[in-house]
Order: sequence, then structure tokens, then C-alpha cells
Amino acid sequence: MEKDGKIIAFCCAESAYRAADRAGRLRIRYPDNVRVIRIPCAGRVSVLHILKAFEKGAAGVLVMGCQEGACRHLTGNIRAKERVKYAKDLLKEVGINGQRVKMVNFGPDMAQKFAREIEEMAEKIKEE
Amino acid sequence: MIIAARKPLEEIRNMLAGYKRILVVGCGTCVTICWAGGEKEVGILSSQLRLASSKDGNELSVMEAVVERQCEKEMVIEELGDKVQEVEAILSMGCGAGVQTMAELFEEKPIFPALNTTFIGMPEKEGLWLEMCGACGDCFLDRTGGICPVVRCAKGLLNGPCGGTRKGGKCEIDPEKDCAWVLIYRRLEKQGRLALMRKYYEPKNYRAVKRPGKIEALEA
Repeated sequence: MEKDGKIIAFCCAESAYRAADRAGRLRIRYPDNVRVIRIPCAGRVSVLHILKAFEKGAAGVLVMGCQEGACRHLTGNIRAKERVKYAKDLLKEVGINGQRVKMVNFGPDMAQKFAREIEEMAEKIKEE
Repeated sequence: MIIAARKPLEEIRNMLAGYKRILVVGCGTCVTICWAGGEKEVGILSSQLRLASSKDGNELSVMEAVVERQCEKEMVIEELGDKVQEVEAILSMGCGAGVQTMAELFEEKPIFPALNTTFIGMPEKEGLWLEMCGACGDCFLDRTGGICPVVRCAKGLLNGPCGGTRKGGKCEIDPEKDCAWVLIYRRLEKQGRLALMRKYYEPKNYRAVKRPGKIEALEA
């Protein structure tokens, strides 16, 4: 896993993707090694998606969904949280730091938070 | 159904040490339902194996397959076909019966179990499976309201409960578990068959099934 490896951000179309879009429109700077993948709901992300991202060389994975209680599909973000927890354990078993995967909850207007989360993950990867 | 749990990754990797091309084979029946060896689990374990070996700088080619029922020879042959010829070893994510079926079919290849087959049980709720049957071959359920004391009582008592039942009908060995004989009493009470509780049962015939078990259909 490269220190300058990519960060994969699975972004819920209802919240995080809009936040990412807004971050772009507001010209907020964030690391350019992030790859945003638009998904209909954070609940669409399976453990296997996360593992495959690492298998293909990602250095970090962010699962970005709506704030708890605000999921359009009711419990997608809660399920995503559980899956991220499970993925952390699976990665630890392999010898990869569980902190390389993180669940983040967003509102669609939280552009600053989007940039901050990407930066934090990029920092974490560099530190290791 | 048969309940199993996956072995720790380290144990699996130790079994596979030295092999460069492996086939991970799941089963689409019992172990899929208990989240131990279905399509998803095959994907997860294969991915973990690839990640772990690339981290260690070793090359490992992992192929994946899922057989509808790994304990049926026809299904295994139909699903796996020539895939087996391409690998050095097979990692089975089936129960013990599945592992042995494949071992018999592909005698020239080493077969390793990725699961520990644990018991016959049922799903209580999402992610929780409980042991229900010990496959003793001499079913006792007609007398106990459909609750098996052989496996659900920690002591396997046929004439229970023991003297250790806790308040609230919990087991003295594990306060989290219900006392099987309290459950039996309540079930029989509902059915108006409490008289059965007064009956004394002789020790069970634990040799009803001669091991290894074998059943032949009358019409076969």
C-alpha cells in the first residue's frame, strides 16, 4: 500500500455527494488523490466493496452517508456503519490498520466537513 | 440446518502455506444461511487472502466458486468442472460433509477446511444461531413439548430440571441461557400435558445410531 495511494470515497447521492459537489463549487481545496464514487445510499456499500478497494491498491476508504435518522432509505447509513465496523475487523486480521476505513455522516451542505475528512484520511495514511 | 463458523485467518493461511494457486469453494445451503461459507463469505475470505499475501510479498492466485450443495457429488462436479485442474489446493467453505465430499471427488488435490462445523441449529434472530439438535438418533421431542433437553439443557438431563435452576428460569451453568426444563414445563402447561412432567424416563439409547451413520431408503 503506497503512502500516496488513492482514497476511495463512497458518497451517498443524497448527502455526501452533494457536499462534495458543493465543495467543488465553493473552490474548497482538498487532497487530489481522492476518488469519489457516487452511490444511491451508503447502505449500498458492502464489506466486499471495501475489501476490493484495498485489493486494487487503495490506501484508505471513506464511506460517506447521511446523518443518522436522515437516511432516505431509513436505515442505509446504520447498516453502512455496521459494515464499516466489520470491515475494520477483517482488515485488522489481514494486518491493515482498521483506521484506514471510516464511516462519516453528512448533511448535503457540509462541504467543509467533506474536505476536512479527506484531509484527515490523507494525513493518517502519510503518518503510517 | 448445519451451523458452522469460520476459522481464524491465521489458521487458514498456515494450512495454505506453500500453495500458489488455490480455489475457494463455498456452499449455497446451510453455511450460506449461517453467514459462514456462502457466496459473500467466499468473496470476503478470498479478498482477505489476496490482501494478506500481497502484504507479505507472496504471490497467491485465488479462484472462487460456490456449489449449491457441496455435499452432493453431482452438484460439485457440475459447478467446479475443470476449475480444479488449474489449482494446487482447494479451500472448502462447506461443512465437514462438504469438505469430505470434495476430498473424495478430487483425491489428487489437498482439500482444507476453512470452517469449523459446530452444530445443528436454527436462526434465532439476525446473526444468532442456536443449537437445537444433537442428531442422537432416538428423538425425545414427543415428551418434551418440542424442546430438546439433550442439547438445550447444559447437563443433557432427561428428567429435569436439576436443582440449580436460577430465579427467572435461567441455567445455573450460564445465566444468559434459559433452563430447557423450565421451557419444557411452560410449553407442556400451555398444551395441558403437564402430566408428562411426572413421568420418569429411563436413560436414553445413545447407541441408536451406529457411527459412522448410514441410512438406506427402502425404495432405493
